Amino acid sequence: MKIQRLLKRNEFYVALIIIILSLIIQAISGQFFTANNLVDLTRSLIVPGMMASGLFMVIVSGNIDVSFPYTAMLCMFAVTKLFQVTGYQGPVILGFLLAAVIGAFLGMINGVLAAWLKLPTLIITLGTCTIYLGFTQGVLKSSVISVLPEPMKNMVSANLFSVRSAATNLGSSMHVSILFLIVTLLIVGFIMKYTMLGRGIYAVGGDPVAAERAGFNVAAIRVFVFTACGMIGGITGLTQVTLSGMCQINFFDGYEMTIIAAVVLGGANIAGGSGSVFGTFLGVVLMKIISNNLILLGIPTEWSKLMTGILIILGVCVSAYKAVSAERKVTSNILKDAAGEEAAHE
Amino acid sequence: MSEILLEAKEISKHFGGVKALDKVNLTIHKGEIHCLVGENGCGKSTLIKIISGFYKPDGGSIYFDSQEYPSLDINQSIQMGIQVIYQDMSIFPNLTVAENIAMNYELYNKRKLVNWKNVRKIARQALDHIGINIPLDETVGTLSIADKQLIAIARSILYNSKLIIMDEPTSALTRKEVDKLFRVIRQLQEEGISILFVSHKLDEVFEIADQFTVFRNGKTIISKPAQNVTNEQFIYYMTGRTIEEEYFTAKNADFNKSLFRVENLCLKNGFENINFDIHPGEILGITGLLGSGRTELAKTLFGLYTASSGKIYIEDKEVQIRTPMDALKLKVGYVPEDRLTEGLFLTQSIENNMIISNIDRLKRKNKTVDYKKGIEDSKYWIKSLGIKLHELKDGIQTLSGGNQQKVVLGKWLETRPKVLILNGPTVGVDIGAKYDIHNYLRKLAEEKDMAILLISDDISEILMNCNRILIIKSGHITGEYKNTDLDSSKLQALITEGVG
Repeated sequence: MKIQRLLKRNEFYVALIIIILSLIIQAISGQFFTANNLVDLTRSLIVPGMMASGLFMVIVSGNIDVSFPYTAMLCMFAVTKLFQVTGYQGPVILGFLLAAVIGAFLGMINGVLAAWLKLPTLIITLGTCTIYLGFTQGVLKSSVISVLPEPMKNMVSANLFSVRSAATNLGSSMHVSILFLIVTLLIVGFIMKYTMLGRGIYAVGGDPVAAERAGFNVAAIRVFVFTACGMIGGITGLTQVTLSGMCQINFFDGYEMTIIAAVVLGGANIAGGSGSVFGTFLGVVLMKIISNNLILLGIPTEWSKLMTGILIILGVCVSAYKAVSAERKVTSNILKDAAGEEAAHE
Repeated sequence: MSEILLEAKEISKHFGGVKALDKVNLTIHKGEIHCLVGENGCGKSTLIKIISGFYKPDGGSIYFDSQEYPSLDINQSIQMGIQVIYQDMSIFPNLTVAENIAMNYELYNKRKLVNWKNVRKIARQALDHIGINIPLDETVGTLSIADKQLIAIARSILYNSKLIIMDEPTSALTRKEVDKLFRVIRQLQEEGISILFVSHKLDEVFEIADQFTVFRNGKTIISKPAQNVTNEQFIYYMTGRTIEEEYFTAKNADFNKSLFRVENLCLKNGFENINFDIHPGEILGITGLLGSGRTELAKTLFGLYTASSGKIYIEDKEVQIRTPMDALKLKVGYVPEDRLTEGLFLTQSIENNMIISNIDRLKRKNKTVDYKKGIEDSKYWIKSLGIKLHELKDGIQTLSGGNQQKVVLGKWLETRPKVLILNGPTVGVDIGAKYDIHNYLRKLAEEKDMAILLISDDISEILMNCNRILIIKSGHITGEYKNTDLDSSKLQALITEGVG
């Protein structure tokens, strides 16, 4: 029974693919399970992992947000510029708080529009993301900041530990912001599984009318998921700065699509109501293994997008095929049921 | 008589210019099973939504435990002990049984965190209370409608409920499941809980109700004890007219010719060795309980399921029906069970819904659509089927259930079918429109020599309109009868005998 349950779970299959894929890469290149590759891979999970956990809540609630990379970008430039202009020298945490507040505000705009206008959230967030991009370009007049203010510069080199592979002599460091990812995943996981708010998000994604009748405040839940997604987006924006040591306007280009894909790949239904944070995280891991490690198989990086795309389509096809074929079949056996009942009757 | 629990006095409600409720009254006593009946659109649902606090009334008051409330809100109504089980049951298909049962209650108790152990405990207790066993960890979306219904009931008794309102709870249940439901309802009654039971199935009303109230066109027509009322009186209260139907005898049928014949048709898990032959001018009825395979048979004949073996002949020529497109080409039409999800494009206009199945014939040489002709065709059907509408361009949702179903019928008739398969054609259709549809089907058989296959669980519908009746049970045909040899109690017995 337990095993059957496991086999039904999407997470199981994603994990299986990750294990098989990493074993294949290891077998061919011998470089997957090296300390520096694993550290690099983990480091590359930080930003997409955080964004995905924020977006995950939005998707479970039956909505979609394509504006979060632009929220991250706006927060990144706004905070960095502010520190630059004011010559701020205090602790960097203020910057993260500021980014969180701005991000939450931008997310709330999405949420309020969604709850109030009841428009498809794809359209709303397509509109707001262009506004956020325009604001960054027009008002902040930013496209690149290469010299960071002091508090951020200090964080760039804040590593937890460093490793060096004996075989390749390549060194890698685990940046302190991995803690942000861990905390984000834990908090989102807790909210979604152990709070009424989280269950409300699932409920709204499953059937908004039923959720309203049950007494959930559907509008508030909508506003919450977008605000949370924006807030996480804001923090992620600043995290990216401390990871790369600069600000660039094209940091998050295309992120909206890859992150959505990762969340869906991790087992969340794009129509809402199902999925888990753990699955979402696995989805991100899988995406990153493909985009970072295919090169170890001798597949040039130019092909990684193609592979990612194929993987997404395959992933979605499997569940879609299940649904379609189920529709054309009689699932519960009428003949057998009846025979059993008749036997019981006699 | 016991104390009055709830009294709705002179409640009115308008939507735009439409009067949904016009000073209606409803009185429910403590521990009473009260049936609210009426045709679609008579205002039943509106009143329920006012009692549950979903709508605010424009006039009148609600008295609950002798306290007057000009209007209620959702939480207030729950606090007072009113629980509504809506027709769609308002369950969450994506969540587990345990969570579906316990969540609303936890929310009502203003909990912020979820204690999963507690959730399971609550759910287990609720299910035990009504004596039902459903696995707690099952995802509700995969369960049968009956189980969903029972989950909704289990959920509603968790509160200190004084009144449980059930909106057409039996519409998708088998007889056995209805019995189970009635047992639960009677148990709740013994505990002093009042039940407001909304239904339009007369036999059920007589079976379960202490008292009944009839609404028609937003007005209270009558409220009295459920004894000493005849079927005819009841129909008169509901429709305001007396309706008499005669047995259909297929007097113009040509029994030497075969129009639609099925030989040894099988569907994996669905049915086995189905054989029948419909002659031109005949209406063949197939009836059986929900889950007997009747819907699966209908869907297979129209190519929605693929038969695992067997043969289908049209006019003695063997044909393959693997997809609905095949069926269309062979002039087989299908009026589905659920017009809302299978028969209509709900966001489209009446006109577009009418022409959709004929779009091929409306194509001009240059591949564009001849809308003018489409509208003419539509107008023809609107007239001959008596569809009541304001304008062709209006959305299909502006029509009542009966008129919507006539649109589905008209759409298929426009394809000029030789064979018409109808699966529960009058589910949720009011008695007047039902009568119109029956008459039209008879006319089609008699005047157009069509072969009509009527699949339904509505005993009187089958009995009155089908000259031959097949009984399907657990995926097998168990008997063939002439309608004139049967009456409704005989037919009922034939359908249920030998089944659990």
